[in-house]
Amino acid sequence: MLRDITLGQYYQTESVIHKLDPRVKLVATICFIISLFVVKSWVGYAVAAVFLAVMIKLSNVPFKYMVKGMRAIVFILLITVVFNLFLTPGETVFSVWKLKITREGVQLAVMMAVRLSFLIVGSSVMTLTTTPNSLTDGMEKLMRPLKIFKVPVHEVAMMMSIALRFIPILLEETDKIMKAQIARGADFESGNLVKKAKALVPLLVPLFISAFRRANDLAMAMEARCYRGGEHRTKMKPLKYAARDRIAYGVLAAYFALCIVVRIYL
Amino acid sequence: MSIILDHVDYVYGGDTALAVHALRDVNLVIPDGQFIGLIGHTGSGKSTLVQHLNGLLKPTGGNIYFNGEDIHAQDYDKKKLRSKVGLVFQYPEHQLFETDVFSDVCFGPKNLGLPRQEVELCAYAALKQVGLEDEYFYQSPFDLSGGQKRRVAIAGVLAMKPDVLILDEPTAGLDPRGRDEILDQIARLKEETGITVILVSHSMEDVAKYVERIIVMNRGSVLYDDTPVEVFKHYKKLEEVGLAAPQVTYIMQALYRNGMPVRTDATTIEEARREILRVLGRQ
Repeated sequence: MLRDITLGQYYQTESVIHKLDPRVKLVATICFIISLFVVKSWVGYAVAAVFLAVMIKLSNVPFKYMVKGMRAIVFILLITVVFNLFLTPGETVFSVWKLKITREGVQLAVMMAVRLSFLIVGSSVMTLTTTPNSLTDGMEKLMRPLKIFKVPVHEVAMMMSIALRFIPILLEETDKIMKAQIARGADFESGNLVKKAKALVPLLVPLFISAFRRANDLAMAMEARCYRGGEHRTKMKPLKYAARDRIAYGVLAAYFALCIVVRIYL
Repeated sequence: MSIILDHVDYVYGGDTALAVHALRDVNLVIPDGQFIGLIGHTGSGKSTLVQHLNGLLKPTGGNIYFNGEDIHAQDYDKKKLRSKVGLVFQYPEHQLFETDVFSDVCFGPKNLGLPRQEVELCAYAALKQVGLEDEYFYQSPFDLSGGQKRRVAIAGVLAMKPDVLILDEPTAGLDPRGRDEILDQIARLKEETGITVILVSHSMEDVAKYVERIIVMNRGSVLYDDTPVEVFKHYKKLEEVGLAAPQVTYIMQALYRNGMPVRTDATTIEEARREILRVLGRQ
């Protein structure tokens, strides 16, 4: 039941995108998100759409799989659309009771929906093609300059990778505990909100306990192997840029430049 | 009172690339009052199979009948089924959540909507059945030892008075003494109440001593379904699928091969001893 959540889970397959250095993918994702806010015209969104479509095609992740992960955020998307639709002042096209739909509202709502869904699909391309470990590796390396300002870069990266590592474990655990309680006659589905919230206690208490237990075990295991923070740690597989990463940066720069040009001239 | 599995198939992960065929064409009849061992290597589908028996998983193909009724029919009361077919998961102590042992055991019968007095009677009887002393009843379940926690968790399922009790690896992670205690208790419970017990395990040693029927799973299908004596005759094949017959089987086989005219079908140490003495006595 809970395994259906695919948002951001690594999808194993062979592709150019999978092979790229995680730093490239991180920078590209950030640039792509910024570009979505740079462009303001339909031409600009078309450019972004083409770029995104090519990336999805190259990543070899089935589009169906990606859309499945989107289901979780449909609700948020809907709220944004509804608010923009009704609350933007301007030329009225249609009105029901006190609510007015304006031409500007429609335009803004559609743009927002496009922007949000692109944003989410764009970042899920990154998480679907990058293992959590290499993602945090990349993040650590990218943020290294921040060390001058005494930001504990390594520690933050470690925390992130542990947090990411725990998501599937806790999902599995939730699934297991849920089943065990259902086997004891628990009911998580029917009843009103208060009843439903109360029904969660038999699920949440064991889940928290198991999370603490796992965290404790992990800390012990790390300490037993003499783990100690950032300084002087070397990597078994240090990140190195290859030719394809440079090409990817080139493509990215071209895309970003195009977006700026579109913004200025169209 | 019986469970029938008719051509049951189960595929994890639907139509994605990650689909796993966990059960293939499983046909079983589980009559009343049997003591059954369900054995298989890790990933053989035994845990998936038992989750079908109380309707937690819905087969992707085939049907399951409890007392003649299809459990996935529209109007079938699954909650009732789950009280009749009690399933104790692996490491059941991880599902404890209440502030004291007694209330935790009450959780099951309370969910069935029984009146409070009856709930408490059920819980008390269940805790007695697993052999937990009164002094622990009002302690936090988290302060108990591993073996005690497991008993409390098993009592939590027993309190619903199931007709069929399924235990998924009830001895995992326990020391030899804790293991024997739990298994002996289950055997005694079976003796006293006459319920059907299905013991899931990957260890033949554990199971051979108690059960009257063994179902061996391999890669999602039923490999053998017979009495222990018959199943252990295939000890060579059992090794191929990552299992082993009890040690006494090997000893008896070795004795036989080396010229001692013993029967090789002993499954427990006691039987083996008697058989060897019988042969020696005759000589």
